[in-house]
Formats: sequence, structure tokens, C-alpha cells
Amino acid sequence: MYTLVYDGTFEGLLTAVFEIYERKLFHVKLIKGQWRSSAMFEEILQVITDEDRAGRVLKGLRKKLSAAGIQRLYIAHMAEMENEENAIVGFIRYVFDTDQNVEEDYGNKYVMRISEIIKMVRREKHRMEAFVRFQKLKDETFYSAVEPDFNVLPLLIRHFKSRYADQKWIIYDIKRGYGLYYDLHDTQYISLDFSEVDKSANLIAAFSEDECIYQHLWKNYFTSVNIVARKNNKLHLRHIPRRYWKHLTEKI
Amino acid sequence: MDAERITEKLNILADAAKYDVSCASSGSKRKNENKGLGNASNGICHSYTEDGRCVSLLKILLTNHCIFDCAYCVSRKNNDIKRAAFTVQEVVDLTINFYRRNYIEGLFLSSGIFKDADHTMERLVRVAKKLRTEHKFNGYIHLKSIPGASNELMHEAGLYADRLSVNLEMPTEAGLKLLAPDKNRQDMINPMNFLKNEIILRTEEKKLFKKAPLFAPAGQSTQVIIGATPESDQQVLQSANYFYKNFNLKRVYYSGYVPVLADSRLPALHTAVPMVRENRLYQADWLMRFYGFHVNEIVNSEQPLLDLDIDPKLAWAIRNMQAFPVDINKADLQMILRVPGIGMLSAQKIIGARKFAGVGWEQLKKIGVAVNRARYFIVCKSNEFERRDLTGNNIKQFILAGSQSKYIKHTQTQLNLF
Repeated sequence: MYTLVYDGTFEGLLTAVFEIYERKLFHVKLIKGQWRSSAMFEEILQVITDEDRAGRVLKGLRKKLSAAGIQRLYIAHMAEMENEENAIVGFIRYVFDTDQNVEEDYGNKYVMRISEIIKMVRREKHRMEAFVRFQKLKDETFYSAVEPDFNVLPLLIRHFKSRYADQKWIIYDIKRGYGLYYDLHDTQYISLDFSEVDKSANLIAAFSEDECIYQHLWKNYFTSVNIVARKNNKLHLRHIPRRYWKHLTEKI
Repeated sequence: MDAERITEKLNILADAAKYDVSCASSGSKRKNENKGLGNASNGICHSYTEDGRCVSLLKILLTNHCIFDCAYCVSRKNNDIKRAAFTVQEVVDLTINFYRRNYIEGLFLSSGIFKDADHTMERLVRVAKKLRTEHKFNGYIHLKSIPGASNELMHEAGLYADRLSVNLEMPTEAGLKLLAPDKNRQDMINPMNFLKNEIILRTEEKKLFKKAPLFAPAGQSTQVIIGATPESDQQVLQSANYFYKNFNLKRVYYSGYVPVLADSRLPALHTAVPMVRENRLYQADWLMRFYGFHVNEIVNSEQPLLDLDIDPKLAWAIRNMQAFPVDINKADLQMILRVPGIGMLSAQKIIGARKFAGVGWEQLKKIGVAVNRARYFIVCKSNEFERRDLTGNNIKQFILAGSQSKYIKHTQTQLNLF
């Protein structure tokens, strides 16, 4: 069993695949992070990300997968789920070891796993499209904080950019410490420094005049549309799990 | 803005609109091409109320003043409740500000009938027009077609709205006569028919001229109230089927009657909302629209009621045991879709997977098939399959015993007493 350590980038992962084929490795485990001292009976290889090699693997993949298939692989990796690298590497190896396009081979465990990962990521992306709650600041920027389970911000750009084309907005992933900022023309990645200030108090001071009114109206609306005779808390929780509540205006 | 007054109006007019169950914000294809605000495409549920229903649109009445006296409706003329009315500008401001904060997908605007049909419809259209033209709003707009409104107004409505709907209210004309003596079915059908033809016409036009304006791109829907009058499921579903077929409706919604008023013609107050029946009707509706079932296969004169214990697909299967077992490695998609426990996505995955190798139980589980139900009806790549010669009724008992239905518990509390 070999353990490959890579830097966490997609290029790094593709480079690792290159190494596996070049060195004819069979049993392999891929982990993200720094090289650590090895345990006994274990061989560790440090993968040095190499754009050329990654490019060659990608080129090979392009021959065997559809563009959407490659996109899915990229998304699955970007989500940063713990310990899913091996499913991705397993999938890539299965792609290279089979003659036909295997994207629909749901009987294979790697294909199935990638499909599950994509499903989870898509759901989280969709949840963010639903659960983002903008708060209007004095400078007319609409600000929202989120804490998605997976890294999905890059997948949100297209949706929010086309929807809110005429307002400045920020969607900030507090968990991962970075955000998206749209300035009426383009989106860019930003990181904010919250450390010096008391976040909540400052944010409320930065609200535009009508922000509190609309938050109040929205909360009222949310209560008014509920039909008490049909209460179904289990269903309610299945749709909006508790961990999302703290950023939902109507549930605070 | 008088925040207090607006809050009060919003509370009254949202409360009065909530029994309209339509919540869809999908099916349109309005893009944000003018650098304006919003778009309408796939539909997003932004929140869920404690009753588990989705909140997708700002669903309000323009006013709950009404000249009609329909027995089932909270806003009926003779009901002693607080009345309120929004101005056009107030609705526009609420919509825009909620939308900008990503609270909603758009507006669902209905209204009590004040003065007459055309006056009411004209006001609804004015809201939509203002949103589209003055505010470059491209989000979703669902307007009610007011029964009896003129064709000119319906045409204008179609230019600004994504979806239009007329509520049939009662599944049959007799039911309507009983509970809503002021309304007549023909008044509801006229605007529906006008819109149907107009939508066909505009779609043709759009094929020829790309620049032609959108016309109600998300089509029409309707709603029937279930459990207020004694119609059977057969009558309900056949009427739904009739409207799907003849009016190209996108959706028929089934709204379990919530007793809000005491009236000798209606179920008593505190009667339970028929939620299970409502759920079964939606399942049957899905079978008709997506799974290739004919309405008569689901309900007919021998089976006028849906089985409340089991879903209609399972019910069909156990009545038609001669169609099974299905070999999922050979059968066509249409037949796989008829197997209880296999949904649309699983069926498509099975079709994909079996091109590579035969599919067995383990893979079916992984794909997402509810094997505990499907196992009685299929064979796959495995030596294990149901060998006993079970009757439909046996299977029903096995499945009920093995599953923790959220609905069964009510009957069990009774059994536990012994």
C-alpha cells in the first residue's frame, strides 16, 4: 500500500494519477496535506504538482469522457469532502482502464460514488440559492453570510450574477473565510477581516434605513402563511435543517 | 412608508391567500437580458413553513373585500373578518424588496372580487405591468384569472405574467353549485379556454419570430378543494385528467379542505384536514403525467377510491400481478417505471447501468431503488428472487408490516389498547 500526499488542488490530484500510472502502483491511498513521518510498513510518496503531467492526464480524460463528465469530476473535487479523493482517483483509473465511456455505468462503485457526491454538492448549491438572505447596507450593497456544508460558492456565481445584475452583492462563506463580491460588472473572490470588530453590532449599524422594516415584514409574512391545522414539524425540519437557521432571517 | 399599517395589511392579506396551494415558480424561461432585476427559470423554494409547505412566492391577495359568498372561503362576503386592500404601489414595493433580499422567486397575486370581474382583473394586471415595465422585473409572476374577466384583459395578463390560473374550486359542477352559488363554471372555463388558444398561437409565433414577446411561458394551472364535497377520487382525477387533456394545464393542485367556517353544507370545524388523501391524489397525478398511467388504470368504477394505506402505483401493481415479475435487465423504461419502489431517476440509472453489466440487488440498492417494495415485482442478475406464489393482498400485508408509514400510526394507537 502506497500513500500519496498531494497539495489539495485538482492539478495535484491529476499529477497523482500520473504518478500512479508511471510507477505502476496498484494499492494506493491519496491524502491531502503535508508530508508526515511515515508509519511502519507504509510507503509514502510526496506528489509535486506538475502542470504538464496534470495536463496530460486531463487530455486523456477528455478523450474518454464528455465535457459534462469532466465538469462533474472537477466539481466533486472542489467540494472538498473529507477523504473522497480516493473515490475520484478510483473513478479516473476506471475510466482509463475501460475502453468505452463509463459515465453511465452505475453498477460500478466509483461511478456510483461520484454520482452521489455530485448529488450532495448540487443539493447544497441549490440550498444556497434558496437560503441566501441578503441584508441591504448603507452603501447599497446586499450582504449575506452563509456556512454551506461543502465548498459551493464558485458554483453560485452564475446564478446570482444573472439574477441580481443590477445590485452590488456579497455572499460570504464564514466557514471557509472567503466570499464573492459582485460590483455590477464582474464577480471576484474577496476575504474580509472581521477580527477587530464586533460583527453583529457593526452590521446592524451598517444597515440601510429600510432594512429592518423589510426583515420585520418578511418575518410577519412567514408566520402568516403557516396553516396551524396542518402543522408538520418533521417535514419542516427535513426541508430546512436546523444548522441553516442562524442565517435565515425568518428563523432567527 | 407606514410600517405598521403595511404590516397589518400584509398579515391579513397573506393569511387570506394561504389556502391557495399553488407554489410553483418553475417552468418559465424569462431571462435577465435587460440588466434588470431577476430571472425565472427552474424554481426555488426559499423557505418552508412549519406545516412543511414551501414558500417560493410572495403569495397575497390584493384585497379580501369580496362580493361573493362562497361557503368554503374565509373571505366570503358574510364572514365577519378584518378587511384590507393594498395599493398597486405597495404590492410592487414589497415584491421588489423581498426579491432583492432573495426571500422569494416572485409574486403570486390573487384577489377577492370587488365591484366586478374586469375591475379586479384590471388591477391585478396593473401590478404585473408596473413590475415588468417600470422596474425591469424579470422574476416570476403568477396571476389569478378572475372568472368572467374580458379577453382583452386576459391577453394583457398573459403578456406580463409567467403563469395564470383559475381555481375550479370544486371537482364537479354540482359541488360548485352547492357551495358557491354566485359562481358558475362557464365563467371559469372561458378565460382558461381563451388563454389556452392564445398560448398555442403565441408559441407558434415565437417559433417564427424569436423577438416575439413571451406569453404566459409557464402556462396555466388550477386548484380543486378536496373533502369539502362528497366527490370520489375517481371524479376528482377524471376531472383533472379532462383539464390536463383539453386545456393543456401544467398542474392541477389538490387542496385538502381546512375547516375555517361553520356551515351546514361543510364538514364541521375541527374535522381533520384530509392530508393522506391529498397526498395520494398527488401521487396519482404524477402517475398520470410522468409515468404513463391512464386515469382509468388508477381509479375506475370498480375502484372509485384510492387506497389510503398504500400508494396508487403499488395499488395498481397488486391488482395487476399478471404484469410481473419484470426483468429489470431486459424490460423497457415504461415497464420499469411501473414497478413499485422504482422512481424516474432510478429507472434511468438502471437503463444506463445495464448497458455495461447485468444489474443485481446490491446495485439496485445503491442506485436508490426501494428494494423492500420492488423485490416482489422484479427479477435481476441474482439467483435470489421472490419464489413464493404471493397474491396481491399478501404483498400488501408484507409491505405494510415492513414499513413504518407515517400514516399508519393513527390506526395503531387503537390496536395498542387491547
